[in-house]
Amino acid sequence: THTYPLTHTRRTRYYINPYCITLSLCELRHSASLANKVFIQRDYSEGTTCKFQTKFPSELESRIERTLFEDTVKTLNNYYAEAEKIGGQSYLEGCLACATAYLIFLCMETRYEKVLKKIAKYIQEQNEKIYAPRGLLITDPIERGMRVIEISIYEDRGSSGSSSGSSSVSGSTAR
Amino acid sequence: MSAVMITRKVRKWEKLPGKNTFCCDGRVMMARQKGVFYLTLFLITGTCALFFAFECPYLAVHLCPAIPVFAVLLFLFVMAMLLRTSFSDPGVLPRALPEEATFIEMEIEAANGNVPAGQRPPPRIRNVQINNQIVKLKYCYTCKIFRPPRASHCSICDNCVDRFDHHCPWVGNCVGKRNYRYFYLFTLSLSLLTIYIFTFDIVHVVMRSMNGGFLNTLKETPGTYPLKLSVLVCFFTLWSVVGLTGFHTYLISLNQTTNEDIKGSWSGKNRGQNPYSHKNIIKNCCEVLCGPTYPSVLDRRGLLQEDTLISSISVTMFIVLSLQKTTAPLIPNEHTPDDAKPSIAASAEKNASPKEEHPAATKVPPLASPETDAETSIAKERAH
Repeated sequence: THTYPLTHTRRTRYYINPYCITLSLCELRHSASLANKVFIQRDYSEGTTCKFQTKFPSELESRIERTLFEDTVKTLNNYYAEAEKIGGQSYLEGCLACATAYLIFLCMETRYEKVLKKIAKYIQEQNEKIYAPRGLLITDPIERGMRVIEISIYEDRGSSGSSSGSSSVSGSTAR
Repeated sequence: MSAVMITRKVRKWEKLPGKNTFCCDGRVMMARQKGVFYLTLFLITGTCALFFAFECPYLAVHLCPAIPVFAVLLFLFVMAMLLRTSFSDPGVLPRALPEEATFIEMEIEAANGNVPAGQRPPPRIRNVQINNQIVKLKYCYTCKIFRPPRASHCSICDNCVDRFDHHCPWVGNCVGKRNYRYFYLFTLSLSLLTIYIFTFDIVHVVMRSMNGGFLNTLKETPGTYPLKLSVLVCFFTLWSVVGLTGFHTYLISLNQTTNEDIKGSWSGKNRGQNPYSHKNIIKNCCEVLCGPTYPSVLDRRGLLQEDTLISSISVTMFIVLSLQKTTAPLIPNEHTPDDAKPSIAASAEKNASPKEEHPAATKVPPLASPETDAETSIAKERAH
């Protein structure tokens, strides 16, 4: 049996346009083939809070500028830090939820879930603007259990041009 | 010979490896052995039922009507916390997909270098520095990942759980990062409820004996049997539940898990070196109890498209069988790790284009479990 993840998962709540990310993926698939995958690991130097290493992997050296990559990872780290921040707001949310025996979460969204939506939107935006034109695709870490940021590297199939993302650029911008 | 591709929509929980039970179409997640959990439910509801039926009328009339009201609220809170602990995802870490597993294997081999033939390769350990303390991350051979710090593999549920505390049979689930606070509140509120019921049972006995003497009250039949039973149950559970609450309060103040405490990771010669502790009791308590509510990374109710290739011989049989409406009994879908094949899913994801048939194409897929909203549709037909 072959299983393909559909776009219509619970996580599509987090996307503004649920079909955007798979469209770019589909377009990449038609014009390019998956060459390799790089996994950015977690950085545990500050504890168990969610943070990813900003070390630039060697496989991406020829594909993307170091600064762009580092900016993406740093912004993601900031988002996760904001979600997991322990302060006044999290105490209030915790106490209020406890007082209602956590039934309030049936109607209210937790702060973490709100930030996850922002993260999903950010990753989609980054993929469209920066990564897909370079033949790369970032997978949201939550799809991988918040363990890694998976970056798929696509090779342009059958194109003799030097820039690997040429056909996929036209595909992804035409929406 | 021709073959048919059948496309089926299944929920992701059906394909999850591990020995968990799922109910309500993936909304509820528990361990397999639920016998002790039913016992817990029975003991709590039974004792409270006895209290409400036999003590409360007397106490409400002779003392204060607020007593049963508060008892009801407390009982509801206990049940809510118990069900929340039992039914939620404790923080299970999904297993690595094949590409990730290969990537990690390559990293390990690069780190180990050349191992001379005949020698055992060194254990797979990764050292990380957390707050200036070296912590060893172990490799999980089942999940094919390096376990994050404080995660552990539960052999009963066959899952790696983040911030693994322990597997609690009373609750019928693992206790981990996501449901630890509910577990703690459950033990705390249950202690309060037990003390409350015990106290008012004693008050009841005292008040009745003021009327007719202590021994006469005990000999009175049949109204005092529920009282005696209630007192007995409360007395024995009191010590264990209050003790457990005390133990977990101690762990929370030190920001340790039961697992770490048992293994002695941060005690004895390592005392004072817990890198996760804020060195402040209030801060530790606040982090564990009032910290953010972590989301589940298992997308249990997400949809997967399952394509199965079956030969024409079994097509007719399959169509006939699947078109029969399967009734949906309320038994949870329990599946062994053999049924779930994450490697196949991952290999399908890897190869984007439709590919050649597998020799297992003649295998008829298992019929839809009662909880799936499976729709069988014939996607395409291929001829050899």
